Amino acid sequence: MASRCLVILALILSCGRAARAAGPSPGADVHPGLPQVEFINQQLTAAWASDGVRPASDATDGEWCRRVHLDLIGRIPKLEELKAFLADKSPSKRADLVARLLGEEYEDEYSRHWTDVWTTMLIGRDATNDLVNRSGMRQYLRRAFSKNIPYDRLMEELVTATGVNANRKDLDGFNGATNFLSGKLGEMGDDKGLEATAKTARIFLGLQVQCTQCHDHPLPPNQGKQNQFWELNAFFRQARALRRRGGTDDVQWIELVDEDFVGDQNDPEEAEIYYELRNGQKRVAYPVFVDGTAIPRSGFLPGTMEDGTRYGVNRRRELATLIRTSPLFPKAAVNRMWGHFLGHGFTRPVDDLGEHNPPSHPELLDGLAERFRDGGFDLKELARWIVLSRPYATSSRPSASGPDDDPASGEKPKFARFYLRQMQAEELYESLLTATEADRAARAEDAAKKKDEWLSQFVIAFGTDEGDEATTFNGSIPQVLTMFNGDLIENAVAIGKGGFLHRVAAAPLNSTARIETLYLAALARKPSRTELDVAKRLVAARKGDAIGALQDVWWAVLNSNEFIFQH
Amino acid sequence: MNHSFDVPNGMSRRHFLHHLAGAAALAAPATAFAGTILANATEMRKRHKAAILLWMGGGPSSIDIWDLKPGTPTGGPFAPIATTAEGVQICEHMPLMAQQMHHMAVVRSMSTREADHMRGRYYMHTGYVPSPSVEHPSYGAVIAHELADQVPHLEIPPFVSVGGGSVGPGFLGMAWAPFVVDSNGVVRNLDMGIDPTRLDQRLRMLDTIEKRFIGEQRGGSAEDHRKVVEKTVKLMTSRQMEAFKVGSEPKEVQERYGANGFGRGCLMARRLVELGVPFVEVDLGGWDNHANIFPTLQNQRLPVLDRAMSALVADLADRGMLDDTVVMWMGEFGRTPNINGGAGRDHWARSWSVVVGGGGFRRGVVVGATNEDGREVVSDAFSPQDLMASVLQALGVPLVKNFTAKNGRPMKIANAGQPIKELFA
Repeated sequence: MASRCLVILALILSCGRAARAAGPSPGADVHPGLPQVEFINQQLTAAWASDGVRPASDATDGEWCRRVHLDLIGRIPKLEELKAFLADKSPSKRADLVARLLGEEYEDEYSRHWTDVWTTMLIGRDATNDLVNRSGMRQYLRRAFSKNIPYDRLMEELVTATGVNANRKDLDGFNGATNFLSGKLGEMGDDKGLEATAKTARIFLGLQVQCTQCHDHPLPPNQGKQNQFWELNAFFRQARALRRRGGTDDVQWIELVDEDFVGDQNDPEEAEIYYELRNGQKRVAYPVFVDGTAIPRSGFLPGTMEDGTRYGVNRRRELATLIRTSPLFPKAAVNRMWGHFLGHGFTRPVDDLGEHNPPSHPELLDGLAERFRDGGFDLKELARWIVLSRPYATSSRPSASGPDDDPASGEKPKFARFYLRQMQAEELYESLLTATEADRAARAEDAAKKKDEWLSQFVIAFGTDEGDEATTFNGSIPQVLTMFNGDLIENAVAIGKGGFLHRVAAAPLNSTARIETLYLAALARKPSRTELDVAKRLVAARKGDAIGALQDVWWAVLNSNEFIFQH
Repeated sequence: MNHSFDVPNGMSRRHFLHHLAGAAALAAPATAFAGTILANATEMRKRHKAAILLWMGGGPSSIDIWDLKPGTPTGGPFAPIATTAEGVQICEHMPLMAQQMHHMAVVRSMSTREADHMRGRYYMHTGYVPSPSVEHPSYGAVIAHELADQVPHLEIPPFVSVGGGSVGPGFLGMAWAPFVVDSNGVVRNLDMGIDPTRLDQRLRMLDTIEKRFIGEQRGGSAEDHRKVVEKTVKLMTSRQMEAFKVGSEPKEVQERYGANGFGRGCLMARRLVELGVPFVEVDLGGWDNHANIFPTLQNQRLPVLDRAMSALVADLADRGMLDDTVVMWMGEFGRTPNINGGAGRDHWARSWSVVVGGGGFRRGVVVGATNEDGREVVSDAFSPQDLMASVLQALGVPLVKNFTAKNGRPMKIANAGQPIKELFA
């Protein structure tokens, strides 16, 4: 063990020197003194050595600055933010920037971004489902992320939520967290809470139990038995999503409640459920957690008899407690966050940690999960460790020598370079607003509504309300059409007085400096000589219409792969 | 990069396109070829198979249209009438379709178990009940995927959905997603509103940035993006987009289909299939008649349906296209034989009817039967996957195919449904 540590240490030292020698930026250090960051770097340096890959060189300051803004606050940096970062000569400039983005100054944007991410994960992008109140969901998440509440509390509040899902003046008992389950449970238990079971297991435990709803799964020991799904499902049988119609046919709001559950045999003391095997045989199930821990079988909610005897159990509360203490809980969170920042989880899909799907870097995953749990499930800290790590700082361009590292080809990810990926639709929207310095003065609620409207075009274009599908631009012509010709782009390239292009055109700059400004604003870099040449010839061809030419260059920049990719 | 950004004045669209194709290799619409295709549709249409799905959103009352029960408590007020298919009777408010029934087959013994709108819609479109772990491809995606090779000249997407969203491509991927248009033939965001010269300039600037980024080898998706951009430019400048413009049809043809969204959609479907599009879905909503069903059907739904559907079938037959084109009529489920207190009918999946015709299907027949009040199927009952397998067979698509879902799980085409043998001669 000791000798292995020495080897690792030597590797770190040599790689560190190499990176400093070859690195394009003197600011590309790692944050000193954060043991969790050191842990990530050590683990990956050792893995790179044993995989025989050379990590890519460091990303440029411009690339890294764009990257970290996108991942932490959901938009590209503003021109002045980028310029300030590039001009900063401090050796700790990267850590300083992360501290600011995670601090009070950006609290609003941070919470808006993570609200977007979690809204899509919890309830999808479908804005037409009347069993879910998107605004209520957002209000809950905005508060949770701006206060950076511990992740275990977030889970507990979502899994055990009761109350009214819509924030209306005429209603008491609003609890936005109810929207996670309000559309995934039947009113009278008629749909058995199948979706609630599947989504809770996937999101918080990284388990794909839904595969075993209908039959056993033919995979390794005790993995995917059919009873596992139904035993987990039994935890949701006290929950009811009551449809409130307020005098019309349409559901106006949902009240999520827990009620006594009598079971399929009408015996609340032994409130069992039945499920059917493929051969038609019926089997009984009681609430048993995925690790085999059983809770009392009573379907009664907690209460006290006249003689003081306590009885009953709140099944969802028991479930939240079991999830919090499960080793899968922090692992699933770390895997998801790693995937968010590095473009690929330790497993694929990121929400499948089953035994049939071993992670690429098990020690790193386990070690980070322990540290995340021991640190009190602090999501901002976990984010900080990852974005200050060496793999997060690598370029998306492969290293000049050695085998390529590209998990898109089906190989195990080595995190030896930063994986190229499409911005999320929400990130694209916010980045377009940022690049064009659009007026954000509008009320937050109106802004969210406008954004939802814009996003809904993509939901149609993608034909699905599942988040992962919606990230795919490839092959979706309607989406490119929207980027080519849609309202948002039309606004972005508008040349009206006071707009971004107008200001660039009016500034006392020569044509080269104007084009450079557009490139910096959108791509965080200056144009290449070829690009400048083409752009200038475009300007020349458009004769006196200087602003029109800028408009064309701007349109091209905003439509480019480089703009819409995180890289 | 020797090319000038200036384009001579008075350049025609056609010249522009050639010019663009040569100059930037970004947009290479086979303009001349596309023109030939529209002109020689007669030649082309013989060589490709296609399907048109008439989707009745909301769940149509097939007991009042295709499988009437006159004189029973569940029968409702409509009378059956004779049709051009011997022994086949349909609703009196479908007089034009009655003249076309010799081309069609009614399946009266569908039994489809999902009576919820979303689940029924998914099941009827994919042959699978919804699953949290995998998204299945719909008719349009499967058929476009299987038939796109026969129309290499096609510049517009192979799966077009008119007036509705249809169901997506699932694990087959976004290349097979429905291209959604409204029935006026308006494709959203198609027009940049700038002249071709300027478009050319913008695209060349864009191509410069895209190529530089691709050249940095950051990953394959950078190149994929450029391919989609290419397809989009092709679409924006394609003469084939003319096929969406139903307004260019003779007035009397437009009138025959009906001056409403569904009529225009059906006419557009014929034009698209003529061009080579393998799958078109046309949506007619408004069938969720929980109350007051009979006047709604008689005065609103059925006249629209009767006119457009009959015009489509007759037109396809007249043009010699029906042997290669399957026409399907269905919704997410049927409606209850029982007439409720509000003089409506509710959701009913246990025993209902769909209609198919064209392609390799037998014509002028009825398959299966329900009992005297329509509550039970009294012959072999058929599932959505059986129907899907039948449609694929009628198009000549082999049923032995397996797809692989994203999670690596094998998926049988049409969920291993069995073709309904009575639908084939």
